[in-house]
Amino acid sequence: MTTTTLEGVLEQEQARTARTAPAPIPLSRIVSVELRKSFDTRSGFWLLASVGIAAVLATAATILFAPDSELTYDSFAAAIGFPMAVILPMIAVLSVTSEWSQRSGLTTFTLVPHRGRTILAKAIVAVSIGVVSMLLAFAVGALGNVVGSALAGVDQVWDVSFIDVTDIILFNILNMMIGFMLGVLIRNSAGAIVAYFVYSFVLPTLSMVLATSQGWFKDLQPWVDFNWAQGALTNGSSMTGEQWAQLGVTSIFWLVIPLAIGLRMVLRSEVK
Amino acid sequence: MIKVESLTKQYAGFTAVDNVTFTARPGRVTGFLGPNGAGKSTTMRIMVGLTPASSGYAEVSGRRFADLPNPGLEVGVLLDASAQHAGRTGREILTIAQRTMGLPAGRVDEMLDRVSLTDDEAGRRVRNYSLGMRQRLGIATALLGDPDVLILDEPANGLDPAGIRWMRDLLRGYADRGGTVLLSSHLLHEIEVIADDLVVIGQGKIVAQGTKSELLATAGTLVRTPDAHELGQALTTAGVAFTPSAATGSQDALRVDADPGVVGRVALDAGVHLVELRTADGAGLEEMFLELTADTQRETITEGAAA
Repeated sequence: MTTTTLEGVLEQEQARTARTAPAPIPLSRIVSVELRKSFDTRSGFWLLASVGIAAVLATAATILFAPDSELTYDSFAAAIGFPMAVILPMIAVLSVTSEWSQRSGLTTFTLVPHRGRTILAKAIVAVSIGVVSMLLAFAVGALGNVVGSALAGVDQVWDVSFIDVTDIILFNILNMMIGFMLGVLIRNSAGAIVAYFVYSFVLPTLSMVLATSQGWFKDLQPWVDFNWAQGALTNGSSMTGEQWAQLGVTSIFWLVIPLAIGLRMVLRSEVK
Repeated sequence: MIKVESLTKQYAGFTAVDNVTFTARPGRVTGFLGPNGAGKSTTMRIMVGLTPASSGYAEVSGRRFADLPNPGLEVGVLLDASAQHAGRTGREILTIAQRTMGLPAGRVDEMLDRVSLTDDEAGRRVRNYSLGMRQRLGIATALLGDPDVLILDEPANGLDPAGIRWMRDLLRGYADRGGTVLLSSHLLHEIEVIADDLVVIGQGKIVAQGTKSELLATAGTLVRTPDAHELGQALTTAGVAFTPSAATGSQDALRVDADPGVVGRVALDAGVHLVELRTADGAGLEEMFLELTADTQRETITEGAAA
């Protein structure tokens, strides 16, 4: 023990006399730290675990309750897709807001004073988690389709194309980015989660009511309603050029601009 | 070395930090002293880039904090020991910092050992930590990168007397090896025993700064008497300036701008009975500090009867 302490002291003295400027922190290191932070707490761990758990439960429910004629890959994908669309955005929201709600940002942003790098790392982690989760979900669904068809004694039906898969993944990543954006903009866990549900469930309903009662809005809706534009990704047919344009336009207004405002606030705000 | 130059932070309606300038030098412990809400924490947050300054700047080791390539290796920071994710274990919090700084994993155990957190305690979640344990963990995080500069906001809060002693020795040793230590406190006595230099702040402004010996060696005499009013009159007649003193917490003390011999002479001539007569070592600083706190504290100090 004595030797280690002595060495420690000597090492410190040397460091204090001859010090070279340390190398900057690489982004890859910040990403790996942020990934670690996303599951090193009980809540974070179970939130991530719930992705797998929800996929398995949704698959089991489809096998148990779906009529034989509907034991197709599309049914499995749809059943798993619903919980994913709720859980993944929550992961994205909390990865940002916990720095403020739990106040760990005081340490995070003093160790990495360029907040934009931390936020970028968090975005990379969130998107990676989203893609991996969706691939896992599709794998579980495929397994369910094989097992379910065998149990029911019907032929396997693979009615989800590769394009559909990428569209559905994109749909979920977009949802995650909405969560992420709200986290950056609101920086409070409860507030951002509530805002997410308003965004995904209240606004679309309002838009629908408006479209049915006001003729002028009906034609405008695909270019204004983000949820509507996203819906085109999941309706099973491939996207038309116009639909991509609508998705692009609505994304700019509902995602890119608020995210830019949020980032600006994060970079300038006071961390307490 | 920490350099703060004309630092000002304004919020809507009030100025939290008002034109603050000071330097914390290597090899010395600089005490940043002021009542609650004086602007200590805001100043420290500006130093480490958590709060943007309205004007002026702060430099650590000759650079703006944001320009440090890997700040954890150059500046150890402890601003609020409770500002941690309550669901992480102490060891995990250190591991995150260790990985961010790019240090070897063994450093975490070294630091846990250094701040006397046991393996069992390190494995507990921070929500179950006492404030003292959180402070130790926070100090471990600050020391992790073996920085040249330490910035600690009220590090003694929540520590027991043995812990305060331990911290004092640790910071002393740190400064003696050439490190720069800046620590804040709202307790004069706490700062008095450890600091070499003092920066006193009140309502956002620096009210005094210098070495401890300079500030404590304020001339004057502290005198206590049941007949403070009569002594006051005698002193006025003799043309000696004085102020009622709140230093002893009682109403019967005066701080006089003269040697004890002069005051004793005046008292003898006036026939006033004294209960205490001594040089006012440090009383000047304490007086000033109490005046600073008088506006914000809830307990009111009764003005001396002699006034």
